[in-house]
Amino acid sequence: MSRMNFHISDYCLIRHQKIFRKGELLFTGTEQKPVPFFTEAYKHFGINYPKFYKMDSLCKLGLLASEIILQAKDMPCRGEDIGIILYNAASSADTDRVHQRSISDRETYFPSPSIFVYTLPNIVIGEICIRQKIFGESTFFISEKFDPHSLYEYVSQLLEENVMECCLTGWLECEGDNYDGALFMVEKCTTIEDGIVNFDEEKIKEIYSQ
Amino acid sequence: MKPVYLASDNIISSLGFNTDENARAITQGQTGIKLHNDARLAPVPFWASVSDHDRLSQGFSQYADPSHYSLFEQLVISSVKDALSKTGIVVQSERTLFILSTTKGNIDVLDPDNAFHNDPSRMYLWNTARLIQNFFKLFHTPVVVSNACISGVLAVLIGARMIRTGKFDHVVVTGADLVTEFVLSGFNSFLSLCEGPCKPFDKNRTGLSLGEAAGTIVLTADRKLTGKDELQVRNGFSSNDANHISGPSRTGEGLYIVIKKVLEPDRNVDYISAHGTATPYNDEMESIALSRAGLSAVPVNSFKGYWGHTLGAAGIIEIVAGMYSMRNNILFKTLGYAEPGTSQPISVIDHNTKSPVNTFLKIASGFGGSNASLVITK
Repeated sequence: MSRMNFHISDYCLIRHQKIFRKGELLFTGTEQKPVPFFTEAYKHFGINYPKFYKMDSLCKLGLLASEIILQAKDMPCRGEDIGIILYNAASSADTDRVHQRSISDRETYFPSPSIFVYTLPNIVIGEICIRQKIFGESTFFISEKFDPHSLYEYVSQLLEENVMECCLTGWLECEGDNYDGALFMVEKCTTIEDGIVNFDEEKIKEIYSQ
Repeated sequence: MKPVYLASDNIISSLGFNTDENARAITQGQTGIKLHNDARLAPVPFWASVSDHDRLSQGFSQYADPSHYSLFEQLVISSVKDALSKTGIVVQSERTLFILSTTKGNIDVLDPDNAFHNDPSRMYLWNTARLIQNFFKLFHTPVVVSNACISGVLAVLIGARMIRTGKFDHVVVTGADLVTEFVLSGFNSFLSLCEGPCKPFDKNRTGLSLGEAAGTIVLTADRKLTGKDELQVRNGFSSNDANHISGPSRTGEGLYIVIKKVLEPDRNVDYISAHGTATPYNDEMESIALSRAGLSAVPVNSFKGYWGHTLGAAGIIEIVAGMYSMRNNILFKTLGYAEPGTSQPISVIDHNTKSPVNTFLKIASGFGGSNASLVITK
């Protein structure tokens, strides 16, 4: 089946203490652990959103990546028409373990709603939607590895069927000391601007492997 | 749009191990929500709906050794097996896809007392997907959807989309979640659990009851595999409230958007299966969204009084129950509901009613501000 043409209008990679946007290195941090690094980056980019501090590590990663893509530009389409399709392998494993520790011992049993709420992977979608005023369709999928094929096929279908006009999509993984964020803005844009690249499986693979 | 038919289904819950057993119990107005006193799960007695684990492992032993499979895995596999037994579908084919819907899967393995605790990889949902793939010898690794309480409705919607790509003839959609110490303690910390079975949409509702269940829906492109009513998944949508991560929007924004998008101008909705968790906020929000969408007069129910809130299974087993209503022209009462308790009047079904159902709307909302809708027609 031939596909309509869509474009990757922007993308952001967050890994190994570095943040890239459209291939350009924007920030190198000094902190090795995920949360201190995310906090360092949050300050570096001058983001003013105190809720950031309350979030778990996965949400911090997602908020940063989406903020770096959307901070500098106007929304490509109405909030109702932007979708978010995300993937990872560990779901909310970090926060799951924190919650488990709070209930493991009857002596120190103290589950907290502000932790429990983050024991769902799709909370990062909620956090991004609140921050960016995005009301479109969203889904969180779990897969063993980043899978450009599934992502490309499903996002293309959603755009073709007009479920959404543009899509914030990618991989957001955070577990223990490891983190890996790759977020793409895919649009049905008609005007070809500088730096816009075709949305296809090979391109996603290429960007992700940078 | 290419039609997507419903071929077969299953529900495993406190009320039975297949769709008919569950439907019979619901017809008789039985609840599976009971008081449990299990110190392994909660420091104090709690109300929840839990399936019969002895019967589960006994039934499972005809497929494999139950000691090698976790409770969650046994539920999923048993549910799929029963649903498939009524079809001739070749699951090993490249043209069959599995979708798994769950919020927490094998989360109980984090508990040091769990039999699988020493295998930390067991917790990962991608690993559960692989295990299911190996068990059924599937060509594709199952797709895993983990999107809070709308996971089940979303999974069916995604399954229908997968059939429409033309790449798959059949999609087996299964949802499951357990009642664990993990989940009980979390909802309890939110003060969202109620004493006794929950009371959806009722004036005196105080919170939800948790439930454990698995459910399966087999979607197919093959019209011959569906029953005489030829039930079809029409369409569905999801949307985010962009309002709060753990509370619904006061205006029901996201839910209103997904209802508005799924309604077709020349098609009346005959029946709505609401999320109806029986928390004060959720049910109030649903009444607002339904009223904004002009659906106040359409009969609506919630199944949470029978099964409790079964999280990743909820959307699936509630769609199965809705399909049973369509096939049998019966609308089930909202168990636990007695008096109107929402600011916007809606038509809550308060006794079992014979009525033709040609168009069925399923809605769901969940943490993370997520909402979903799905329409099934005869």
